[in-house]
Amino acid sequence: MLLKLVLRNAFRHRLRSLLTVLGMCVAILAFALLRTVIGAWYAGVEASSANRLVIRNSISLVFPLPLSYRDKIRQIDGVKTVSYGNWFGGYYIDRKNFFANFSVDPESYLSLYPEYLLPDNQKTAFYRDRKSCVVGRKLARRFGWKVGDTITLTGTIFPGKWDFVLRGIYQGRDDTVDENQFFLHWDYINETLKKTVPRRADQVGFYVIGIAAPELAAKTAEAIDRTFKNSRAETLTETEKAFQLSFVSMSETILTAIRLVSFVVIVIILVVVANTMVMSVRERAGEYAVFKTLGFGSFYLSGLILGESLLITGLGGALGIVLTFPAAKTFAAAVGNWFPVFKVEALTLYLAVAAALMVGIVAAVIPIWRVASVRVVEGLGRIG
Amino acid sequence: MNKQNSPLVQIKDLNKSYRRGNQIIPVLDNIVLDIDEGDFLALMGPSGSGKSTLLNLIAGLDQVDGGSIKIGGVEITSLSESELAEWRASHVGFIFQFYNLIPVLTALENVELPLLLRGLTRKERREHSALALELVSLQDRMDHYPRQLSGGQQQRVAIARAVVTDPTILVADEPTGDLDRTSAEEVLQLMARLSGDLVKTIIMVTHDPRAAKKARSMRYLDKGVLTDAPEISFTECL
Ligand SMILES: Nc1ncnc2c1ncn2[C@@H]1O[C@H](COP(=O)(O)OP(=O)(O)OP(=O)(O)O)[C@@H](O)[C@H]1O
Ligand SMILES: [Mg+2]
Repeated sequence: MLLKLVLRNAFRHRLRSLLTVLGMCVAILAFALLRTVIGAWYAGVEASSANRLVIRNSISLVFPLPLSYRDKIRQIDGVKTVSYGNWFGGYYIDRKNFFANFSVDPESYLSLYPEYLLPDNQKTAFYRDRKSCVVGRKLARRFGWKVGDTITLTGTIFPGKWDFVLRGIYQGRDDTVDENQFFLHWDYINETLKKTVPRRADQVGFYVIGIAAPELAAKTAEAIDRTFKNSRAETLTETEKAFQLSFVSMSETILTAIRLVSFVVIVIILVVVANTMVMSVRERAGEYAVFKTLGFGSFYLSGLILGESLLITGLGGALGIVLTFPAAKTFAAAVGNWFPVFKVEALTLYLAVAAALMVGIVAAVIPIWRVASVRVVEGLGRIG
Repeated sequence: MNKQNSPLVQIKDLNKSYRRGNQIIPVLDNIVLDIDEGDFLALMGPSGSGKSTLLNLIAGLDQVDGGSIKIGGVEITSLSESELAEWRASHVGFIFQFYNLIPVLTALENVELPLLLRGLTRKERREHSALALELVSLQDRMDHYPRQLSGGQQQRVAIARAVVTDPTILVADEPTGDLDRTSAEEVLQLMARLSGDLVKTIIMVTHDPRAAKKARSMRYLDKGVLTDAPEISFTECL
């Protein structure tokens, strides 16, 4: 019966309650979406393996490293596999069609990335054909590519039009894996360069190293960088995670701002809900006095008020969380090319639930305190 | 309900004053009052004489400044706030001028409300409440909300709510103050019946001499001093 009372109280002012629920819903939705954007930013970091190191030119990523380093790196203790590649920087038909495309050494590269699942026959077809490529599932779906299609990319770093036959479509092992990438043969580009711009040939943008165990990362990285100290191109070796983080940290300020905004949204809705609760409870001061008169203690009254507050925030919060999924999908469709992985994380949902609960509880505090501190006679006086 | 020789309510040297700023306003001055079990007492007096204050003290809603209030052998002035709340729940039935029903609860649910503190099953609560509503002849209005009832009907629901716990005393502050004459008549009849047939002890504050006439005894409060009803003012009012 008290539950019934909570329910009826909550919707006594239908419009007011609905607006508050709506506000709560929008706030939680905004909170979850903003958190998801932050999560998407870090997705590359999350997906990175502790067993991989990335070597780049110590000056900057845009400076290449000579291919001749490959054999020297292989001899360094701790190194298991060496692969390499270049940012190809081509676009499909239109410059706006952005996606990541790398020229890589196919066999070693795919062996380092077991999370790209590719049928064996597609794999061998890719290895065999130097003018071929493999792409991620999402990318293939985006442009309607099928295995066997010829895809023409226009190079920006490597000028000209380049034709690739699509030999395989990989699928991520789980949903943290980026399925929006395009891989082609480094050899193919390199051979062309040898003929056209020989001074740019035999250069790689990065090496990816497979190490035997994550514990070896620091030692191995140090050994690599020591090897190439004082050489033509000094190296900077770091774990893939650190490498990905260096991208994110560029935008750390923006992320902090987004994080801040996500909390501000919660604080604003807290004030709104608290205001609604204070208004409702003030209007019913007489009724609460009647409850007290009848012998209901603060325990019951707090329960009534808290229940009502939680009901409103819970409804709004639940609605907001449910709407987060379609909203995230729409959002991903709009900007998905920039965020290879855009998904609502479990942690985001827990945080959203916690935020809704917190708002519900805190918003009830002031009215509970008021009702508890009013003496019965005074409370009755407001109606009598 | 065994008959006792000593009065049910014994009030001795009761004092109460209110503080407004640094000014102290004495409201009740050495009140001495005994009320027997089954009595129907009307408390009259001009506005501001302290009737409501006295009633609230008897009902355990407010703290005294001095003196003693013994009800059914319990010295309620020495109870703590929460003990007092518990005591009210089981010993006092309240009837207010403005009915004070909970608007989002039906008549039956309103009557059921005080039983929630009694550890009864849902079924028992329903039965008790239905019985109480029958007592006030509103059994066919159980599922009506207060706004769907007339003032008189609402007050009868309030009376059902007051008696459903079978309290030791019933207190009523101007129960007919907001009712038209016919409804007031019905409510008073009902209260007289509660006192007569069911031997309820009722203390009623009223301005209405007609209401007071329905009571078994009457006391008069003027400027915080309690006296027996002065004949003159009583007839004057008529
Ligand atoms: N909470 C309070 N604080 C200060 N003064 C109060 C308070 N409650 C009542 N009083 C004062 O105490 C006096 C008695 O008030 P009370 O309500 O008991 O009168 P009453 O006899 O019931 O009047 P009425 O017939 O108008 O209801 C009045 O002067 C009133 O102003
Ligand atoms: Mg009064």
